[in-house]
Amino acid sequence: MSELGELYQQVILDHNRKPRNFYEMEQATARAEGFNPLCGDQVTVYLKLDGELIKEISFVGSGCAISKAAASMMTQALKEKTKEEAEKLFEQFHRMVTGELDENSEPNELGRLKIFAGVRDYPVRVKCATLPWHTMRAALEGRETASTEDIGPDISSAHISA
Amino acid sequence: MIAAEKDLNAVSEPGRWDVERIRRDFPVLHQTVNGKPLAYLDNAASSQVPQLVIERGTRYLREEHSNIHRGVHYLSQRATSAYEGAREKVRRFINAREARECIFVRGATEGINLVMHGYGRKFVGPGDEVVISEMEHHANIVPWQMLCEEKGARLRVIPMNDAGELLLDEYEALLNERTKIVAVTHVSNALGTVNPVKEIVRIAHARGIPVLVDGAQAAPHLPIDVRDLDCDFYAISGHKMFGPTGSGVLYGKAELLERMNPFMGGGDMIRSVTFERTIYAGLPNKFEAGTPAIASQIGLGAAIDYLNSIDRAAAYAYEQELLRYATERLSKIEGVRIIGTAREKASVISFTVENVHPHDIGTILDQEGIAIRAGHHCAQPVMQHFKIPATARASFAFYNTKEEVDRLAAAIEKVIEVFN
Repeated sequence: MSELGELYQQVILDHNRKPRNFYEMEQATARAEGFNPLCGDQVTVYLKLDGELIKEISFVGSGCAISKAAASMMTQALKEKTKEEAEKLFEQFHRMVTGELDENSEPNELGRLKIFAGVRDYPVRVKCATLPWHTMRAALEGRETASTEDIGPDISSAHISA
Repeated sequence: MIAAEKDLNAVSEPGRWDVERIRRDFPVLHQTVNGKPLAYLDNAASSQVPQLVIERGTRYLREEHSNIHRGVHYLSQRATSAYEGAREKVRRFINAREARECIFVRGATEGINLVMHGYGRKFVGPGDEVVISEMEHHANIVPWQMLCEEKGARLRVIPMNDAGELLLDEYEALLNERTKIVAVTHVSNALGTVNPVKEIVRIAHARGIPVLVDGAQAAPHLPIDVRDLDCDFYAISGHKMFGPTGSGVLYGKAELLERMNPFMGGGDMIRSVTFERTIYAGLPNKFEAGTPAIASQIGLGAAIDYLNSIDRAAAYAYEQELLRYATERLSKIEGVRIIGTAREKASVISFTVENVHPHDIGTILDQEGIAIRAGHHCAQPVMQHFKIPATARASFAFYNTKEEVDRLAAAIEKVIEVFN
């Protein structure tokens, strides 16, 4: 299992089994639905905003372990963060999973999200990890849907040249 | 046509299948993936290409390439003769009456779209009905939806049971005087079901309704006889039957093709053009506007040569044995559910693993060097029928082995171990 260790770490498997903040939020002030038409994955992200602050965040949906764990850990990371901080974290997360950011040498606020660094070695799985984030951003921007097909090729740059 | 073909003449003794010898014909199979020998079990998505096809395509590009049908020079004549030679091979392969009934297309998708545009847009009107089935690939759903939307026609769907078999009584009840065409798949890509298309055609013809058969998944496994089936259209993809991508055939009965509108306009599909009026060419050129995929279609001809050189009945029996063995092995694994349990199946096995998304299965199997497909297989209505988002699918060709099935089963057990 060593070669899979990078991708399916225990933390990811645990969040897949027991996703955190996994509920429909009735008092949400913003929500968006995200789709990956290639695999049929679907996620809905709910936000309760207080001005610029994300007071609460939750999600529901169906998808693979990577997308479910990414959504679960995203909700943990973004609670009590400002919109701007959320955008910035997404940018760092995106650059990490596409191989553009070395989480160990460049300064970043990724913290526990670094566990998704292994995704960069699985280019077809990058969209699984970023779908919940794209959906969160759509909700912040007041859009109702996000699709992985509308957001361009989320492919690890390391693999484009290869 | 040449040394390579002669070598293949006695690939196997009747009734016995020498899989190791067959595997030598497919260079791509002999590699490692993630440090493990490749087990290619994604044949329903695209099959691998034998050396004979690679050599034929290479020879064309090295020695014969030119545009077809319009040159007086030597190379153009050679290219034309190879291209039309491939059409004749297709004719014999599917037992069409005439080669001009075999239209070269990019694949089954283009073939179905050709019929939608050429036949559907001409003969389907408001209030008319088009009948498809619940197990169609999106390629045999979406074009008909587009047509129905444009014409104000209605799409009717033949239901299936939970084994993945079409309900023929319900099918018969769907047909009426407004039904303008029936379009069904011969073999389901998601479930493996082999449909009784001859019976489906007979029932439609009793009411004067033409039938299109999507043969993309049937051609690599079953003998195809369009005259015996008596279907009006039959669509094939070359890359699913050991040929190159970009090759394919739409068979149509000549009298229907004659009455249809062209699909695309352009060069090579005309008899004469003035700004006032264009007179279309006869069959098959009327449907082959522009320079076609010459090398690919010649490669398809070579794939047919290859299939003719092997004992196809023995190949089919061998694939069925692989299917039986894989079904038995996977059924014994707790948490595995096989989707598609029709009495008659091609060597396709769709399955789910409890609490594990098919994409995670696919990634873990890939690490073991095993290539399968994970997803909805461009058949979302099938997924909706079984109330699942996706399946994992292993699909076998006659070059796969029981050892590969064993590796598949072991890898699935590993998946369960990781996720539980």
